[in-house]
Formats: sequence, structure tokens, C-alpha cells
Amino acid sequence: MSFNQLDSLYRQVIMDHYKRPRNKGVLEDSSLIIDMNNPTCGDRIRLTMKEEDGVIKDVMFEGEGCSISMSSASMMTSIVKGKDVETALKLAHIFSEMIQGREYDDSIDLGDIEALQGVSKFPARIKCATLAWKALEKGLQHEHDEKK
Amino acid sequence: MDIKAIRSQFPILDQEVNGKPLVYLDSAATSQKPLSVIESIEKYYREYNSNVHRGVHTLGTKATDGFEGARDKVRKFINAASREEVIFTRGTTTSLNIVASSYGRANCKEGDEIVVTYMEHHSNLIPWQQVAKATGATLKYIPLQEDGTITLEDVENTITERTKIVAITHVSNVLGTINPIKEIAKIAHANGAVIVVDGAQGAPHVKVDVQDLDVDFYALSGHKMCGPTGIGVLYGKKELLEKMEPVEFGGEMIDFVNLYDSTWKELPWKFEAGTPSIAQAIGLGAAIDFLEEIGMENIHQHEYNLVEYALKKLSEIEGITIFGPLDAAKKGGVVTFNIDGVHPHDVSTALDMEGIAIRAGHHCAQPLMKVLNQTATARASFYLYNTKEDIDALAAGLVKAKEFFSNVF
Repeated sequence: MSFNQLDSLYRQVIMDHYKRPRNKGVLEDSSLIIDMNNPTCGDRIRLTMKEEDGVIKDVMFEGEGCSISMSSASMMTSIVKGKDVETALKLAHIFSEMIQGREYDDSIDLGDIEALQGVSKFPARIKCATLAWKALEKGLQHEHDEKK
Repeated sequence: MDIKAIRSQFPILDQEVNGKPLVYLDSAATSQKPLSVIESIEKYYREYNSNVHRGVHTLGTKATDGFEGARDKVRKFINAASREEVIFTRGTTTSLNIVASSYGRANCKEGDEIVVTYMEHHSNLIPWQQVAKATGATLKYIPLQEDGTITLEDVENTITERTKIVAITHVSNVLGTINPIKEIAKIAHANGAVIVVDGAQGAPHVKVDVQDLDVDFYALSGHKMCGPTGIGVLYGKKELLEKMEPVEFGGEMIDFVNLYDSTWKELPWKFEAGTPSIAQAIGLGAAIDFLEEIGMENIHQHEYNLVEYALKKLSEIEGITIFGPLDAAKKGGVVTFNIDGVHPHDVSTALDMEGIAIRAGHHCAQPLMKVLNQTATARASFYLYNTKEDIDALAAGLVKAKEFFSNVF
């Protein structure tokens, strides 16, 4: 236990995304703006997304929070950019399973995101990791439902 | 105070968390419970569980005696003039909501003012926002000083003849600031307003005498003062409570029920609809016995020593910002801080690995976070069972956490 276990949570790649976030900012010509916060802790995120013909052309995030929530947002935007909505939603599901320590579909390479697997052993921090993904789901599902 | 003897009364403290001895520094969220409280609840359920105020059987009488006996203990603890002034509720939030929904809505109208501070917990802010919205009254804030205190001059300037209600916390749950309630009550009364005090962080830590403070309403929670959750108190001056309408209706609170209207029971039961939290009230009574045996003055002195020590130890760590008064005499057992460049959640997780429990977040005080220009803060809070060694562990844990995060960055 003790601080050695911290290394399993705060992996180098996570701290790298926290320190040098990818896709940080606000997209000028976004088609979707999603605000989400975690009322219990004060973390908040704004996702701006440009979606065309069922494909996420571009996505950026802006917000405030701990290293886990902000690095997860950086990783999420990196992986879903260029993906179609269906794949992005599938990734959100896979991420949710992974972060809760459940068995998950490993047919898609998650890249850096796998570094967040350690969060599953810190139940109090799972909500930090899922904030950005929940925002993504909220935005895409809304789109999805409207087109149905 | 014999800390070792006191700690031995709290079985929960004797355990390891993540391989380290537990250092519990989150009593402002909820305090731990001594054996006498745990046993009083168990005894009630094992030996005389029964509903109160109705059955004429023996157990019913015992339960009623236990429940009403707890009310007498609360009365003495806060020095209320009579037991009718002590209403049992679910907790501070419910107590404050009763005052807002009943007294607030009936006594505020357009053009009136409700005065609060920036350091209010959401539970003593949102009910007043709602009253203001419903009645057209204006919500006004007493300015906050740089050191996390308010000045009586600002209090005088904010409260006017249009002010109907002054709602203020006794002790801030974030800054630790102890507000000069007695002086503020005088100013409120001179302007014809009533004063409503959130005592959630006051009653557990300082001696409260509602008559000496001359407050109109005082709310407290059992679970922050060694009692169980689910029980709290609303103290109110009898002449005010008598004029107020109940906010909940049903069993227990009625006198006569007719087909189209009913009459209410006398105080305090008028405000206690439904079966109350019987075991919890009895547990709160046991908690009060426990606290009084140690003595509130002794508890306050002990916390003063801890806060003074913590302020010294923490300010020695480079990169730490402490919020609220830096003078231990001005604050209760709370030290709120941030480490430069490390989010409080990350600090809290790192400390948890060392067995140290602190709180990280906005502490149900979002407007205050904005004033402090922080999205979240870390908070260590102390109680009678904490020791200087706990603070040494906190300081060491913070240094370690700071090093850890500066290395991974």
C-alpha cells in the first residue's frame, strides 16, 4: 500500500496529459456545446464539438478539475476525434466498463487511456475519470435521438 | 483532557487504513461516535424500541421518556428557556428550512431584505434564496474581509430597517471563522429583524447559550457532535414559534382532526409530524452527556491548541496557501488550504494512502469558493479526539504528496 500504490493511479502518461493537455480550448465553429459538472467536488468541463455526417470532425475541452478528470478529458478528445458517433459511443461504454473494473471489450486499442485502468481501484475517483466521457455521451446521444 | 482515555471511547479510531493508522481529520463533515452513544442506540433497539407519545404500554412509556429526556438534555446544553423551544428535526438543513418556509415566507414581502454572508453553507443560503424569490425580498451579503472574517461595521451597514431576517453561520465550515453572534444579534434586533444561526459547526465545538447570545433561531446537527445522523435540533424563541405555521402535517402534530380542518398540538410537537427519529434522539442525548462530562470549554481549548499547532506546521510547508483567519483565536477546529499546482482531490487521495482522511471539494459553499477564487480546497478539521501527532502525520503526508506530484510532473 501507501505511496507505491499512488504510482498505479498517477501513471506518467496521465500526468503528461494533465500537464500538457491535448485539445484544450474552445472550438470556434462547433455544432455542439456540452457543459457538465460534478456537483459533489466542483469539477467542471465544457466540450465543444463539430459533428458532420455522423463523424466527430473536431472536439475540444475546457474546464477545471483534478489531474484525473483533466487528463481523462485530454485522452478522450484525442481518441474520439475523427471517429464516427457510433464508435465514439461504443468507446464511452468500453471506458465505463474499464473504469469500474469490469471485463471490457478489448478489440479496440485504447492507447493512452489504458493508463487510467488503475482508477478502478480508487472508487472515490471514478467520477473524476468519467466526467468528460459522460459529457461526450450526453452530447452525442442527444444528436442521436434527434435524428431518429 | 486525557486524550488517550477519550480516544479509547472511539472504537473506530483504532484501525489501519491502507496499512497506516487512521488519522481522521474530517470531523466537520461528520464526527465519530463514542461507545456510550453507540450503546445507547443499541440498548434502545434491544430493550425498549417502541413508538413515542401514543401507546400506554410500558415500552411505549420508556421510549417516550428516553425521547423527551433527550429534549431536556438539549435544552440544558444550549440553555434554552424552556423545552417547548427545542424541536427535533432531521438535522441542521431541515431546521433552517423550517424557519425559511414558515417564518421567512410569512414575514417577508417585496422591498424587505434578508441578510446573509459569503461564508454560508448552502443549507443556510438556498432556503433564503427561495424565500427571496417567492416573496420579492432582496438577498444581501455582508462583505468578507481578506482574512475571512466580517466586521461589525459592515454588519451595521448591511442590516437596515428593511431587514427582516439575518441568517448567519456561527462557525464557518470552510474558513473556521467564529462570528460574533451576540453583537450581530443586537444589531439585527435594533433594526427589528430576527437572527437565524446555523450552528452545525458551532454547537459541537463551543459552548452555546442561546439566551446569552439572544438569538431567535439556532439550528444544529447531532452527527457533528458525536451523535448519530438523522437527528438535529431547531431552537426557536417561544413567542416566534407559537406564531409560526407548521411546514409538515400528519400524525403526532395534531390536536383535533375534523373533516375539513384540524388544530395543532402545542410546542414543540406542532413541528414534529410523523414518527420522529427516536433512537437518534436518544443517541444525541448520550452524546450531550459525553460532551458535558468532558466540558465544552475544555473541548474548545483543545481545538484551539490543535489549530494553533496546525497553522504553524502547515505554514512551514512551502507552496501551501491557508484560507481563513490565521489567528487560532478567531476560528474553530478547521484548517482549509491548497498546495500550489496540486488539485485538492489529488492531495486527498495521496493522504488517504497514508491513512489520513481529509475533505476535498467545495464544501457546500460554492459562492465562498468564488470569493476565494478557488474551484475546490482541501480541509482538515479537528475534534476532541485528535492529537498533535495527527497534525504531524498530516504535515508529513502533505510534504510527501507535494514531492510525489512535483516528481511526476
